This record gives sequence, C-alpha cells and structure tokens, in this order.
Amino acid sequence: MSPRITLATARRVAAQLRRDHRTLALILIVPPALLTLLRYVLDQPPGAFQRVAAPLIGLFPLIIMFLIASIAMLRERTSGTLERLMSMPLGKLDLLAGYGLAFGALAALQGTITALVGFWLLDIDTAGPTWAVVALAIANALLGMALGLLLSSFAATEFQAVQFMPAFVLPQLLLAGLFVPREQMPELLQRVSDVMPFTYAYDALAKIAANDIGGRLWLNVTVVTGCILLALALGATTLRRRTV
Amino acid sequence: MLPADAAVSIRGLDVRRGRRLVLPGLSLDIRRGAVTGLLGPSGSGKSTLIRAIIGVQIVARGRVTVLGERAGTAGLQRRVAYVTQAPSVYGDLTVRENLAYFARVLAAPDDRIGEVVALVSLGDRMGQVVGTMSGGERSRVSLAVALLGDPELLVLDEPTVGLDPVLREDLWATFHDLTAAGKTLLVSTHVMDEAQRCDELVLIREGRIVAAETPQALLARTGADDVEHAFIALARAAR
Repeated sequence: MSPRITLATARRVAAQLRRDHRTLALILIVPPALLTLLRYVLDQPPGAFQRVAAPLIGLFPLIIMFLIASIAMLRERTSGTLERLMSMPLGKLDLLAGYGLAFGALAALQGTITALVGFWLLDIDTAGPTWAVVALAIANALLGMALGLLLSSFAATEFQAVQFMPAFVLPQLLLAGLFVPREQMPELLQRVSDVMPFTYAYDALAKIAANDIGGRLWLNVTVVTGCILLALALGATTLRRRTV
Repeated sequence: MLPADAAVSIRGLDVRRGRRLVLPGLSLDIRRGAVTGLLGPSGSGKSTLIRAIIGVQIVARGRVTVLGERAGTAGLQRRVAYVTQAPSVYGDLTVRENLAYFARVLAAPDDRIGEVVALVSLGDRMGQVVGTMSGGERSRVSLAVALLGDPELLVLDEPTVGLDPVLREDLWATFHDLTAAGKTLLVSTHVMDEAQRCDELVLIREGRIVAAETPQALLARTGADDVEHAFIALARAAR
C-alpha cells in the first residue's frame, strides 16, 4: 500500500464527484430536505419526530453512499479502468482506501449540513452530544460504501445495482428498529435483524440520541466497524488481477 | 530466434475457457525492438493470447516469459502496458485529470504528461472532458495513458479502429519511433493492410499459430500478393 497512490485515488474520486454538479447537489440537499418533510409529516403525536430524527441524520449517508459506491465501482469494472489499474502497481487497498477517503469526506459534509439543519432549524433535541451523531454518520457512510463496493461485484448492469437498494437496504431499514421498536416485532424478525449490520448502525444512533452511553453503544460501534472491515476485505477479494 | 532476442517467450501454453481448450499447447517468440502484428479473425484466441502475455489470464499449463520474468509478476507492472479495446479511462474527467491520476499511480514524472499527449496529437485537448470526445479520440487518450510509464513492451488491442487515415498514419509512425528507441510493440489488428507495416507477423487461427515471420517472408513463402491472400492460402492448406 502506498500513501501516494491512495491519496491520488481519493483526489480522483473526489474530482469525479465534483464534476457531476447535479448529483453532488442532490447528495447534499436531499437529506436535509427529507428531514424537514418528515418534521411536518410526523407532527403528531408529539415526540414522534424526535424519536427518529437523530437516527435518520446518521442513516441517510449509509443509504446514499451504498448506492453511489456500487454504481461507481460498477463503472470501474465495465469501463475497463479497473482492469487497467489492476495491471499497474496499485494495491487493492490503495483503491479501497482512496474510495473510503473521498466518500468519508463527502459523508462528513453531508452529515454536517443535515445536522445543522436538524439541530438549528428543526429543533431536534438529543440528550447525547451532536458531534457524535455526525461521527456516526461518517462511520455509517463508510459502512454503506463498503457494502456497495462489495455488492457491485454481483451486478452486471447499473439497473441491477440500483435494484440492490430495495432488495438489500430496505429490508434492513425496516427491521432495524427505526419504524417499529425491535422488541415489538415477532421473535423471528428480531433474530433476523440480529445479523443485519443496519440494526447496529441504527441502535448506536438511538443510544447517542438517548445519551445512553454504555456497553451496548460500544458493542454497536464495534459491530459497525467490524462490518466495514469485513465488507472491505471481501470486496478486495473481488478485485482480481487474473481472470478466466 | 534466440530466446535472448525475445521480448516474449511462450512454451506449451494451454488456456481453457469452460471445457473448451482456447489455446492448445501454443509456443511463440516475439522479437525485441520490433512491431509484431497479431492477426486473426475474432474468436481465434487473439485476445486470450494477449491476456496471457499481460498476465491477467488464468492459464491451465505452460510458461509465458515476458522481458525475462514470468508474465504477470509485480516487477512487470511498470515495464509492460496494455491498451484494450474498451476506453479504460474515466469519461467524467478531463484528459489532464486522467493522465495526472495514472501518472501518480505509475510514479511517472509530471512532464511526461506533456510528452505523451504530443505523441497521440491531443496536446490542445488537455482540458476536455473525455466523455465528450469521439471514440477515436478516447482510444488515443487510453494509448497516452499506456505510454505514461515509458513501458518496454506495449501491447495494443486494435488501436487504430475508427481513426481517420491521417491519424492512423501518424500513429504507425509513432509505433516505429518507439521501436527505434528500443521498445517492443505487439499490435492486434484485423486490418490486413496494416499488417504490411509490421516488422513481424503472427497469424493465429482457432488457437493455433499459422505463421510467425516477417511480412516479406510470408508473401515469398505463400506466393500471395498480400497478407490477406497469404492468410487464406495458409488456412486452406491447414484444412
């Protein structure tokens, strides 16, 4: 692994994102806009919006980075640039870490903007520290990116990659505890959600929002970090220098 | 050919795709400092042979030696460059941004970027986004990327497809300039009149080498007027 190549890759990915103004604007504007919409949709009963608001700030990057990363890596595969890079002195980790830096920076920006809108304009009230919500948003963005890079190797076209969103992301979101607390779900669904990374991403945010800083929070953070590393390691095995 | 003169030396190469033996026991030497043309119909095993030389093809058996090392080893990553028919550059970046990125990956000096765009006649297009260029221009950007690392062996898959005749002329002059500077080029093509410009020809059909010699020797041996007819004569004789 080489810092020179990792940084060059991060700069290149960032330049690609910068060039696409519309996508960039959507990435930065849609989460605070949706949060605002939800503020008025969940106007009643009192407290309904407060329960989901802080976790949502941290979950938007997870969903959006999953989509962007899977499409970006699919393009690398289909355009031939991945095969070219694999024939050059570039380590697989250089490529993955380069993506991680660029997407992490974008997530930090997105999380900060959403948090500013949420905490200042929409009067979201968290018991825990607001910076921790943004920090978890960045961690979740990296989780989304790592899962997106991994799953992109199972997609042959951009249509397929986009379908991973309802197929892979939506069920996890439904079972994570955001819509219905997990304790109120049937036993079977609770056990299924136990093995889904989103469950831990959501629960970490819910614990911060409740200022419940204890063993359960650290377990959640550990599981999320472990899932990022595992998905990146599995993703690296799909970057092959030799193929049939 | 003595092995010392060979940039690429292949012995007893088997490549399987599924159950099919795409390359059955292929042996071949490619001369250093020459432009070798690889000719054959599509499906003949041309691309598979190229991929084996680059070291991205999983091979069943045999030995492929490139510039004295086993094909695909890390030491060759800077010494060998490969241009596929896919554009293999970033369509959403400018020519300069593309070259700057790959130059970083290859640890090539920054002034090398100016040299390679001049070689492919794109010096005045540095600021253009590659996605807005024509197919021929894009493949020249891809060729420029391949030249960045000043490779000793340059492997090009159909590099002149869709180019206007003047540019094609310029590119072939560039190829010969490169060999004059001691580089080795392997160029696959199905344009038979381009074959006459190669120093050496390799004709491949159904995974087997039909001929490997200079164009002059090939024409003299077959008594044909051009490479196309020589190819037909050899293919008929093999049947």
